[in-house]
Amino acid sequence: MSIALNAQGLSKSFNGIKAADGVSVSVADGEFVSLIGANGAGKTTFINMVTGYVRPDVGSITSYGREIVGLSPLQVTRLGIYRSFQIPQVFTGLTLMENLTVAINAVTAHERPLLSPRKAALNPDSRDRVDAVMERFQLGKYRDHLVSEISGGMRKLLDVGMATINSPKVLMLDEPTSGVASEEKFDFMDLVIEALSDQKAAVLFVEHDMDIVRRYADRIVVFHEGRVLADDRPDAALAQEDVRRYVTGKA
Amino acid sequence: MIHAVTSSPPLAALVCAAALMAVGLMLPDWVLFTASLALAKGLVVLGLVLLLRMGAVSFGQGMYYCLGAYICGLVGNATGVQDALFLVILSGLGCCALGAVLGVFLSAYRGVFFAMFNLALSMILYGALLKATSVGGSDGIGIAPPSYFGLSPSDEYRSILFYAFVVVIAAGVGLATRIYMRSELGLAALAVRDNEIRLEYLGLSVRRVIVFNYAIAAGLAGLGGGLVALVSGHIIPEFAYWTTSGEFVFMTVLSGPSSIVAAFGATALFETVRLVAGQYLPNAWQLMLGAFLLLSILFLPNGIGALAAGRRRTRAPDAKEDAR
Ligand SMILES: Nc1ncnc2c1ncn2[C@@H]1O[C@H](COP(=O)(O)OP(=O)(O)O)[C@@H](O)[C@H]1O
Ligand SMILES: [Mg+2]
Repeated sequence: MSIALNAQGLSKSFNGIKAADGVSVSVADGEFVSLIGANGAGKTTFINMVTGYVRPDVGSITSYGREIVGLSPLQVTRLGIYRSFQIPQVFTGLTLMENLTVAINAVTAHERPLLSPRKAALNPDSRDRVDAVMERFQLGKYRDHLVSEISGGMRKLLDVGMATINSPKVLMLDEPTSGVASEEKFDFMDLVIEALSDQKAAVLFVEHDMDIVRRYADRIVVFHEGRVLADDRPDAALAQEDVRRYVTGKA
Repeated sequence: MIHAVTSSPPLAALVCAAALMAVGLMLPDWVLFTASLALAKGLVVLGLVLLLRMGAVSFGQGMYYCLGAYICGLVGNATGVQDALFLVILSGLGCCALGAVLGVFLSAYRGVFFAMFNLALSMILYGALLKATSVGGSDGIGIAPPSYFGLSPSDEYRSILFYAFVVVIAAGVGLATRIYMRSELGLAALAVRDNEIRLEYLGLSVRRVIVFNYAIAAGLAGLGGGLVALVSGHIIPEFAYWTTSGEFVFMTVLSGPSSIVAAFGATALFETVRLVAGQYLPNAWQLMLGAFLLLSILFLPNGIGALAAGRRRTRAPDAKEDAR
């Protein structure tokens, strides 16, 4: 196994608040890791640092041995590190179909200087790929709806769908199931996993529902006030005394 | 029949051009002049429509419009070449090149800063032209009537021939723009308006999308400026003045971002209102234009292009969701 992501000693302060305080996390190929912790614990900040949105004050992040601190979101993405967002980041003024078309075209343009100003956005190639994603995530029914008109859960699905669209090497999902009805959360996670089934992606996902965590995570990294409180197999991490006290609230 | 036309852009462009020509043949010269002017300015507005699709507005498009006119006039006068096509292509390419260079810097700005930066540049050009006595200073320069592939029409046919020339160019540009709007890049430009962050996280350079559109918009403004120079025979620094840019923005808002025909339609409407109101209400035509814009913003927030139906065209400008 090689190391898909290796973060060492990341710290980041916002106006004196330590959002990250010596965070070290390492994830191997094909591993499923859940990031848990109370609101404000620093989970999103960790994802933002890895994906180039926020630059850590100190620390190093490598992906397959390559240093990625200092790279822009664009450059990080082109290395195969994809993400979804706590609040879905999609194109609300476009239809679902158009959203996925833009996404497909964007990821197939990585080797070109720019997208084609002539080739139809919806060409036979992109149409096939859009249809495949649409089918996989069961979005077909809403293909011609404006994204501003679909439910929050659907938007979440679209956001996650975009993150999985180009065979990510590292996939970071920020609360993928928040806003999804609780009885649909498992199905939702199954869809995501299915979308990755033929790949060896390292997946990090932020999750508050411990049933989901137990079911899907190989490992848990517990955040608390910008630090990593625990990093272990789910049962071991969740049994840890301070994790129970500060995070899962069942001390 | 109607379906065949609307579903085939080349056919639609041909039909539009033929219809415009047919109407043109019935018009007196002075109306032909205004119609040519409106079509030429429609190209400038079409460029701004490309920016509007990305959620960007430039208050300085008069700069490229003016520059295109001066390129056309100065090159024509200096070389003695009067070929209309050659001159206006030069105007368009020159402005497109400048737009590509400036776009690299301007693409770092958004919203009001982008709009005002453009305005500032246009005012610098205006100021420079006023002082530049070698190109006529505030008097501007005159330019000889154009020829077409070696053909110099007699006075009698000059207006209709120029009108035909502008119609062909407008139809060609309209067709190309239509193909572009449906293209990979054209759709991505719409996505820029909605969510730049997502585009970057898909690995697409938003900056490049903006620079491309900005350069094309500059080229179209230059092309329009060149055509106006040829039809009016006289060029003045006021082409770069902020009120000129303001009028283009006015027409663009009236047009809305969704339709090519609307860009030309809005321009024609604007010029017509100006002409008619200027004739009958010489002291109140600005008032009328203002009221006119107010009404269109209130009842057609997405411009007259929204009248061409389609659900997506009826949506109001999106309130951006706060990122993260
Ligand atoms: N861009 C920012 N500016 C200022 N403070 C921030 C910013 N991002 C995060 N924070 C602060 O950092 C801390 C960790 O936030 P976050 O990483 O979003 O936590 P989590 O995702 O675990 O809920 C919080 O106190 C939050 O207010
Ligand atoms: Mg968070």
